[in-house]
Amino acid sequence: MAMSRINPPTLSQSHITVQQRKNRLGQLAVWILLAALLVFVAIKLFQTSLGPVRSGKPPDFTITTFNGQTYTLSDLEGKIIVINFWASWCDPCKAEAEDLEMLWRDYKDKDVLLLGIDYADTEKEALDYLSTWNITYPNGPDVGTTISQSYRIRGVPETYIVAQNGLLAKSFIGPVNYENIEVVLEALLGK
Amino acid sequence: MEIKWVSKSILLVMLLTCITFNNITNVLAQDINPTDDEVNAISKQLYCPVCESIPLDACGTQACIQWRDTIRSKLSNGWSEEEIKQYFSDQYGIRVLAEPPADGFNTLLWYLPPSLFLIGALLVTRLLSNTKNKLHVQHETISNIDNANHYVERIEHDLKKWQ
Amino acid sequence: MIVNLGYTALLLALICSLYSIISARVYINNNKIQWVDSSRNAVLAVWFLLTLACLILVYLLTNEHFEIEYVASVSSRAMPWYLKATALWGGQAGSLLFWSWLMSSYTGIMMLRDWSNERDLQPYVITASMLTLAFFVSLNVFVENPFNVLWIDSFGNITSSMMRPDANLMFTPNDGAGLNPLLRHPGMIIHPPMLYLGFVGFVIPYSFAIGALAVGRTDGVWIRATRRWTLIAWLFLSLGLLLGGRWAYDVLGWGGYWGWDPVEIAAFMPWLTGTAFLHSVIIQEKHGMFKRWNMILIILTYALVIFGTFLTRSGVLSSVHAFAQSSIGPLFFIFITVTFTISLLLLFRGWESLASSKTLTSWLSREGMFLLNNLLFMGILVACFWGVIYPLISEIITGQKVTVGPPFYERTTGPQFAALLLLMGIVPLVAWRITTVNRIGHLIWKPTMISLLIPIISIISGIFNFAALLSLWLASLVFCVTIYEFYRGSIARSKSSGNSFFISLWQLISRNRRRYGGYIVHLGIVFMAVGIIGVEMFQTETQGTLAIEERMSLEDYSLVYKDLTEYPENDGRFVTKATLDVYKNNKLIGELEPRRDYYNISQQRMTIPDVYSTLEGDLYVLLIDWKPVGPQQATFKVYLNPLINWIWIGGFLFILGTLVATWPDQRDRHIITNNKSILQPF
Repeated sequence: MAMSRINPPTLSQSHITVQQRKNRLGQLAVWILLAALLVFVAIKLFQTSLGPVRSGKPPDFTITTFNGQTYTLSDLEGKIIVINFWASWCDPCKAEAEDLEMLWRDYKDKDVLLLGIDYADTEKEALDYLSTWNITYPNGPDVGTTISQSYRIRGVPETYIVAQNGLLAKSFIGPVNYENIEVVLEALLGK
Repeated sequence: MEIKWVSKSILLVMLLTCITFNNITNVLAQDINPTDDEVNAISKQLYCPVCESIPLDACGTQACIQWRDTIRSKLSNGWSEEEIKQYFSDQYGIRVLAEPPADGFNTLLWYLPPSLFLIGALLVTRLLSNTKNKLHVQHETISNIDNANHYVERIEHDLKKWQ
Repeated sequence: MIVNLGYTALLLALICSLYSIISARVYINNNKIQWVDSSRNAVLAVWFLLTLACLILVYLLTNEHFEIEYVASVSSRAMPWYLKATALWGGQAGSLLFWSWLMSSYTGIMMLRDWSNERDLQPYVITASMLTLAFFVSLNVFVENPFNVLWIDSFGNITSSMMRPDANLMFTPNDGAGLNPLLRHPGMIIHPPMLYLGFVGFVIPYSFAIGALAVGRTDGVWIRATRRWTLIAWLFLSLGLLLGGRWAYDVLGWGGYWGWDPVEIAAFMPWLTGTAFLHSVIIQEKHGMFKRWNMILIILTYALVIFGTFLTRSGVLSSVHAFAQSSIGPLFFIFITVTFTISLLLLFRGWESLASSKTLTSWLSREGMFLLNNLLFMGILVACFWGVIYPLISEIITGQKVTVGPPFYERTTGPQFAALLLLMGIVPLVAWRITTVNRIGHLIWKPTMISLLIPIISIISGIFNFAALLSLWLASLVFCVTIYEFYRGSIARSKSSGNSFFISLWQLISRNRRRYGGYIVHLGIVFMAVGIIGVEMFQTETQGTLAIEERMSLEDYSLVYKDLTEYPENDGRFVTKATLDVYKNNKLIGELEPRRDYYNISQQRMTIPDVYSTLEGDLYVLLIDWKPVGPQQATFKVYLNPLINWIWIGGFLFILGTLVATWPDQRDRHIITNNKSILQPF
């Protein structure tokens, strides 16, 4: 864009004003471009600095499980939802798998729903994983990695607990164990 | 005239280059028992979100190993390369593709750089036409060669003398 | 404690940088020479203080002071001493310090030059460069402190800070995490310093340009004063890029040297504008044209250096090369906004006065060709920049993450690279101001005829890929024209002086280093182009799982799996190494040992290739882990990279050419004082 201005200013007076107007327009364009670039970078910088979702209303999503059932977060208000991001290729996930299943068995009758969201995983291995760890709570693939993106997860495993009022009560980055979740659930259930 | 001819042929060469560079495509055979090479040919064009900016065929994580196994099983089920790529992009988002498809907003990715280049070329060409208008005034410059050519001239001169 | 000394040195360096800016300002107001001298001394003091800080950090690294957070994160007991020392630039904090130190070395050396001709510029040059330096030092002082100490409280929580928090004890881990295995390579030891030297080197010409704009000097004094600085910066940047490619080839194990990764491109973009700048300044020096354009180019180069550094270090971009998430982003962003705005304001203020005194007379002139050259470089830059920034924009606008991989860059920049080659072939024969087609035709037909040999031979040997034939022809055209230029000049000299051909050649080059140095660089580019064409268009690969004594083949080569050994290495690696016999046309030619290194502490796995290397091409073998590896069977990936070594050979010529062009000329002083063209040796 700047190439045009290698033109030397022409000699006549009227031309100089035309030239100057052109210059001014060109300068304006450069400022706008720079501003736009900086705005985009600033937004991205802000998003990167946010880190994972920590409080407030968690991003809504709909997930279809491997068995074909559909769950939408916003429809589940009134229940405690434990959202667990995992993948079959993730070793720390295996470490928490047993505890999560135990939690499910202990709390599924107390209005607690455990939802497994399978991140960037392949179906065959994911199903193998579920059967290896005898997992019975609903699990589904994160199609298009959109859910993980909206929760801004940094990796797997990550666990988010949504209270009965639909607000995020607690988030865990990295593996959890039975007690970690139990404490939060008990508090939410009011015991 | 001559100048036109040269610039035209330069343009032609550029054009031909563009066309050829655009036409490098991959051909892939289908097989019931896909070889590693067939798996790699597709993996190369995919990026797994676990190892960003490393193509799938060169990534050593467990996730990528599983992805490649999926490609293999799809291939042995008779899926085509396009179908497999489509499956992956549906399943994990278009970021797994080495390049986003040129539709919707993504058209911008493909068309902005060439259009900016064309605009630049246009501006430079305008500079040339401005110059051409002045050229008849400055015609004497052709015979009155600038100092800077002195050195080349000297060599030319010497060469002629000895030829 | 020595740590406090290091931090104090950093703090003082920041203060001295700020002082040098203030006293430069005072000099601008009162014009008393002692203020600019004082400013200069402060600049030198900054160099001394940063040297001290670096030495202290190196001391801490080599003496296993794991109570220092930085040392614990990048060093470990098992590392050899030279890796411990070079871990100085193995992490964010240390590499920022190292970056600042390199930059202070540039500014320090710059202060020692004779300023009598550019006294009016000096305070502004100091201001621009020291402001940049002060910013980088402040990152170390306020955000990424390399001297932070680890502390532990009674609950076992570990924190890091300069001062001991209440009720905390110093915490010394038994061992550090060690340097990222990717960085444990000779190429990686020199690659960052080269790259940084290139990056920060461009701050000097930028500062001169800003000085010239601020003072309102439009005579190109800033270009003459910084010509050599620019070349040196450019040389280091080129070296950095080359070594980076070599490192990727040797360590990353994907069979290539360049992956169009965002971070690679971030380093490549200032190189593009820097190269365009190197060419277009010649026009300004000779004919006083392109003044605005040169200002734009150098500001752009600086901006791209800063912006590229920001992108890779702030966590905005994700890439193999990117540094860990860091909190330097916001500070960096403010700095970018401020410097870009000031630069643009200054540029626009001086816009009218930077008008050219002469016009472009014809396309068919060297000026016209240089303009085309610049257009093509800008075209490549736009494509690169857009490719890097696009995923960010797309994610914000559409919420969709996208990848912009190699195909995009290859397609959008390939034609322009080819056109650049064509230009490189024509330009040496095009005269300044104006020339005629007849004249070019007269000069070019002989080299063109000879250059056609290469594509003809290629067709005979069975290559029908048009893109390959075209680019090979272009490369051979540049080669023939350039050699022809050397030949023509030397013959003419030799005939008129009676000296032998080689003496004449020597004289030709030494009398006009800049021109012929440039031609040598062009020859280097030709060789690199040949290598790039070879790999990009003719690379073949195959992969297979072999049992012992089983064989796999690729083109003329075949490999037989002989043996597998597994053993721990005393530097914290566990090595799995396969042995293969290599046959070419069924003749045993050697043995290759690709291996896999497993780093126990960081749990990282590295796939290290082994290469059978000839000028014809490399046989590049990887031991990969698609399936469990064992003596029974192992999976190998084999690449045949034709002509790849010409890239490195070209690299050497490239460096040689730049050195020839940079080397001080006895007549330089004379020329500068007479303000005449260098092109008048006779």
